Amino acid sequence: MNFVKKSPWILHYDGSSCNGCDIEVLACLTPLYDVERFGIINTGNPKHADILLITGSVNEQNIPIVKQLYEQMPEPKVVVAVGICATSGGIFADCYNIVGGVDKVLPVDVYVPGCAARPESIIDGVVKALAVLEEKQKALSKKKSAVKK
Amino acid sequence: MLIIKILAIIILTPIVGGLLTGIDRVITARMQGRQGPPILQPFYDVFKLIQKEPIEVNLMHRFYVYLSLIFVILTAVILLVGGDILLAVFALTLGSVLFILGGYASNSPYSLVGSERELLQMMAYEPMVLLTGIGFYLADKSFFVSDIVKNDIPAIVYLPGMFLGFVFILTFKLRKSPFDFSMSHHGHQEIVQGITTEYSGKDLAVIEVTHWYEEIIAFTFIFLFFATKNPISILVGIIACFLVYFLEILIDNGFARMKWNFALKSAWIVTAVLGSLNLIILSYFK
Repeated sequence: MNFVKKSPWILHYDGSSCNGCDIEVLACLTPLYDVERFGIINTGNPKHADILLITGSVNEQNIPIVKQLYEQMPEPKVVVAVGICATSGGIFADCYNIVGGVDKVLPVDVYVPGCAARPESIIDGVVKALAVLEEKQKALSKKKSAVKK
Repeated sequence: MLIIKILAIIILTPIVGGLLTGIDRVITARMQGRQGPPILQPFYDVFKLIQKEPIEVNLMHRFYVYLSLIFVILTAVILLVGGDILLAVFALTLGSVLFILGGYASNSPYSLVGSERELLQMMAYEPMVLLTGIGFYLADKSFFVSDIVKNDIPAIVYLPGMFLGFVFILTFKLRKSPFDFSMSHHGHQEIVQGITTEYSGKDLAVIEVTHWYEEIIAFTFIFLFFATKNPISILVGIIACFLVYFLEILIDNGFARMKWNFALKSAWIVTAVLGSLNLIILSYFK
């Protein structure tokens, strides 16, 4: 059985967000939305996380940080870009220090547009990410059994 | 017969411990006005962690955690089979020390700080645990659990102060606020995840299972305060365990994390006043 769908642990990273999306991400943990219903926990630790939730666009200074966070997460892992800045750079796209969306640096699996992204759409995005996570888990176990043979 | 009993203890203890943790998470959520995860959530978490990729920091790092699990299982077996309570306390201490060594082995600053705080926590709670064992000896004239559960009068009649002191330090052992400064189950905190920061996959699952065993060991002590020859005392003991657990969850949700100075001072004062006083009075009258 696949348990990764039942207990996705999230690592939240603020790229160069205006904090609008960050507050919406935290709103998901409040009694109104309560994502812990789905076993979702907001861990502050990449080594425990399954889903990397990035808000805000990536800038020149945090490229190595974003990459390191991603590399420290154990497989299988997915990346969710929350908010329009994380998807494309948004209104900050033309700034001198902004590289663009998260997909310029990491392989993004799910995009959640919006300014700021609403908690409902963030939860929807995470649920979509769960399907990707399950696929990756299956691919990983196939790879493992192939190596054993 | 003994082998079947030991196997049953090894298998059933984490199942009960995991269920307790699940109930804890639901009750905590309800206290905060949330719905909370399903009761089986801790098991989902552990099975997921087993399926995940293990990241090895170094060889010793993992070795300590597995050794810690073995000693904690040994403690559970000693206690539940009816063995020596002092031996169980020492085996449990060894398990905790090995866990701390695991934290030191990783060279991560977060786990180093976590290990140091865990050592302080151990300094705070360990005297009370040892005194509890001695208290049982004074009350029942035996260190063996099998003798303690066979007495006529429950130990709590002789050891009320000891019981209160043990409930106080139970907060450390269950990793609940206000004394969860080395690592906690709650998301954000200042030292990431303390000792467990560098653990992932299977190793983290082992740490979680170790904690389930530790929970049951802690509640075995609570149970022993109420156990007598009378079979009704089993029910009384289990109800007492649940009440104490509920109290711990209430305290967990009602208090913020305290600094280590307060934790150490308060735990030692409680041990000195409630524990020692109880012991002195008991040694006069018994």
